[in-house]
Amino acid sequence: MTLLRSNTPAQAMPSANASAGAGRGAASMKMLLITVLGWTVALVIFFPILWMILTGFKTEAAAIADPSFIFSPTLESYEAVQARSGYARFALNSVAVAFGSTFLALLIAIPSAYSMAFLPTRRTKGTLLWMLSTKMLPPVGVLVPIYLIFRDVGLLDTRTGLIIIYTLMNLPIVVWMLYTFFKDMPKDILEAGRMDGASTLQEVFFLLLPLTLPGIASTGLLSVILSWNEAFWSLNLTSSKAAPLTAYIASFSSPEGLFWAKLSAASTMAIAPILILGWMTQKQMVRGLTFGAVK
Amino acid sequence: MTKTRASGRTVGGLRTLSLQAPAVTLLLLWMIIPLGMTIWFSFQYYNLLMPGMSGFAGVENYEYLLTDPALWKAMGNTLLLVGWVLAITVVGGTLLAVLFQQDFAGRGIARVLAISPFFVMPTVSALVWKNMMMHPSNGVLAWLANSLGLPAVDWFSALPLTSIVIIVAWQWLPFALLILLTAMQSLDEDQVEAARMDGAGPIAIFFFITLPHLKRAISVVIMIEMIFLLTIFAEIFVTTSGGPGLATTNLAYLIYMRALLDFDVGVASAGGVIAIILANIVAIFLVRMVAKNLED
Amino acid sequence: MATLQLNNITKRFGDTSVLKGIDLDVNDQEFVVFVGPSGCGKSTLMRIIAGLESATDGDIVIDAQRMNEVGPADRGLAMVFQSYALYPHMTVEGNMGFSMRLAGVPKEERRAKVLEAAKVLQLEPLLDRKPKALSGGQRQRVAIGRAIVRNPSIFLFDEPLSNLDAALRVQMRIELARLHDKLNATMIYVTHDQIEAMTMADKIVVLHDGVVEQVGSPMALYHHPANRFVAGFIGSPKMNFFNVDLLSVSPEGVYIRLPGGGECTVPADGHTLEQDATLELGVRPEHLVLDEAGALSGQIEVLERLGGQTSLYVRMGELLVTLMADGDVGYRVHETVRFSFAPERAHLFDSDGRALASLTQHPLAGLTRQDNRTPGAAEAPV
Repeated sequence: MTLLRSNTPAQAMPSANASAGAGRGAASMKMLLITVLGWTVALVIFFPILWMILTGFKTEAAAIADPSFIFSPTLESYEAVQARSGYARFALNSVAVAFGSTFLALLIAIPSAYSMAFLPTRRTKGTLLWMLSTKMLPPVGVLVPIYLIFRDVGLLDTRTGLIIIYTLMNLPIVVWMLYTFFKDMPKDILEAGRMDGASTLQEVFFLLLPLTLPGIASTGLLSVILSWNEAFWSLNLTSSKAAPLTAYIASFSSPEGLFWAKLSAASTMAIAPILILGWMTQKQMVRGLTFGAVK
Repeated sequence: MTKTRASGRTVGGLRTLSLQAPAVTLLLLWMIIPLGMTIWFSFQYYNLLMPGMSGFAGVENYEYLLTDPALWKAMGNTLLLVGWVLAITVVGGTLLAVLFQQDFAGRGIARVLAISPFFVMPTVSALVWKNMMMHPSNGVLAWLANSLGLPAVDWFSALPLTSIVIIVAWQWLPFALLILLTAMQSLDEDQVEAARMDGAGPIAIFFFITLPHLKRAISVVIMIEMIFLLTIFAEIFVTTSGGPGLATTNLAYLIYMRALLDFDVGVASAGGVIAIILANIVAIFLVRMVAKNLED
Repeated sequence: MATLQLNNITKRFGDTSVLKGIDLDVNDQEFVVFVGPSGCGKSTLMRIIAGLESATDGDIVIDAQRMNEVGPADRGLAMVFQSYALYPHMTVEGNMGFSMRLAGVPKEERRAKVLEAAKVLQLEPLLDRKPKALSGGQRQRVAIGRAIVRNPSIFLFDEPLSNLDAALRVQMRIELARLHDKLNATMIYVTHDQIEAMTMADKIVVLHDGVVEQVGSPMALYHHPANRFVAGFIGSPKMNFFNVDLLSVSPEGVYIRLPGGGECTVPADGHTLEQDATLELGVRPEHLVLDEAGALSGQIEVLERLGGQTSLYVRMGELLVTLMADGDVGYRVHETVRFSFAPERAHLFDSDGRALASLTQHPLAGLTRQDNRTPGAAEAPV
């Protein structure tokens, strides 16, 4: 089996010039140029990821041989990663930490965002901005105390510890995103519910949550993505027991250049789910990442 | 039910308070305790390797840090890293946004591919670049250079900071693209058409219509990237460990070295305070802008 | 039976006073329209009646029971929102039955009631659709249906027609009037559109800056506006106003000098007027008549021919006077025209904008929409 032979950027370029020289109608030539340019740029940017995915299916020998798209794919690196090193444990840590922190953050943020969106007071804006500003605190500025506190209460290298950190780390973004989604929900509908006799809880469960579910889901996904990819706290606060995939992948950095295929296989597995989640939620994420400043 | 509903609405302030209490309390603790401790430690003699030595240090930790050439080197590296990555991602992101705004065959898929690096965890992207792309003998770039008859570059020893800049820019370019592309989609098509009727060509449209429209999004991108880029850590940790020498040590990595490699809590905390101050200078502008946005 | 009394309702948001002491009585089965320009407080007043907002001061009394502390669902009201506020994730049936579902009404009974309401509104074929799949008019009917199934003593409508196009609006206006007949319910309706108010109301409440300017039947408001604001707000096109000089007051009326020099006596009660009071004369465009011997004159600036009618915009110095004339008038732009009016059709306002009481009562001023249906009144000339 041969993979993706003709799609390398290096080969796409000349074909663009060739057809440009052919001289068709100006509009369609421009279209063609844009198409080729767009795809070339996209593939160049994506190339390292593509290359990593391909390398994961190579043997270690093929991985360090001259670059080639032609090789006989093998799953041996995947098998090796699975068998050795307890990949599953790291993956499980990542899942537990990412979903645990997201669940907690949503749980804490939903009531808060609800009250900010539907029962605003004079202080609501200030509170929101203050929450946002806590996100500006660089983690490295508080690394020392957090490390010492975690050491003293036995949270170093525990999932609980990371979950706590990630919950707090993502809480402002989660509150903020939920707030903007809740605010977008027409107030009239909740008022109609109240006229129909809904209590606050019924309002939340029959109207607010079903109607803002897509927003809540994308908020949750953003939180999962951010926690999954977080690499400052995970590198500094975990060593072996609770280390998530970010830390596990980092461990490949020491025996330099030896296990490229295995590194690639492990990396592919580590990023695949998040890559797909990211693709699915890109539109909504902009809102969360820019605190609603860009829509 | 009638009673509780009515009272619930009238004492709305109280209800609001109780609903927000968990989030506010947690964030308050998260902010105040570590921040207070960092500031406190920064004025103490506190080295985990020298338990005997403790007590008030005054500004000695700051003095030590500020006279340490490593700090200035690290600050310089931080600024270079932030500056270059910002320049590359903002300019590149704007151009890419214009490109991916065009309607071409398979645009949706091309967009998805182009924003993908942003979703790759930093340790993975750093290692993929370090090993498979930039490796001096077996990397793709070396192979490309050789095929063109050029000498291969030993990226991490010859151009260490440049290498880091490339990796980080590769991660953040998609972020800029994603944000600017979204902003671009809110550009009023009528405005573009009106400009075209007024005789504006594509370049005039870019400079007089598109760019002004993107101004706000661009400043948001700059500020958010700045906050993250000021404390880039994982990419340095897994590639160069700050070396060779201090060539790729930024502020975050320096603090990490002082704290968890030298165990000098006092000096590391002083560094932390400096990082917080730097981040806050940026944050003030960002918060102000978001606040303004809240008004609309 | 459902009556509503508002006693001295006030509402303040911070320092701004939105409602400044509203007193109002709504009788059983009455169709009451709150009308006024945007920002006059009419929507706030309705939301206070609904219980969605609390009054700063004053009492809301429904059927002799004070309701200030009662939640919105327990006041026996139903509301149709401007945006319809349909629950987008529920079917039409789900929307209409939601209140009963919350109240724990068994499914069969719910369905029966929904079907009954759906029949009234011809919604039966749509019961399984989601709001997204409905047209504007259909959504409107679902919103009304949702109100009907609650069997409220008072219906509240918050600008329910403002999202519909002109043709549909006329049709829904008729349907609402019909519904009011059929349900015999008390209805309160908020709108900024004086045509809706004129066509549907038994009683119009004109609000302006948080104050009730006038309460009365549409014909009373049209023929006997209490002040300059109501005079200008009710009626379309807007009433023309002229500054006039007071010459003398007699039992027959007020003798004035018109702009351009003509003089006439308007049959209004002027006994409270000072000697040199400044007065304003108001005449509706449809009451100005083209008249070769008329006391008023000006140059035609714009001429709008609607076919059956022609609107003339006539320049009189600073003033641009609107005049409704016959469709067949032969005038052209820039021609000078002379016109006049019947004094009993004119209104006089003092310097505070208060209308001088008319000495003649218009025969229709006491008429309500209800009376339109009794055979005797229908013969009266308009």
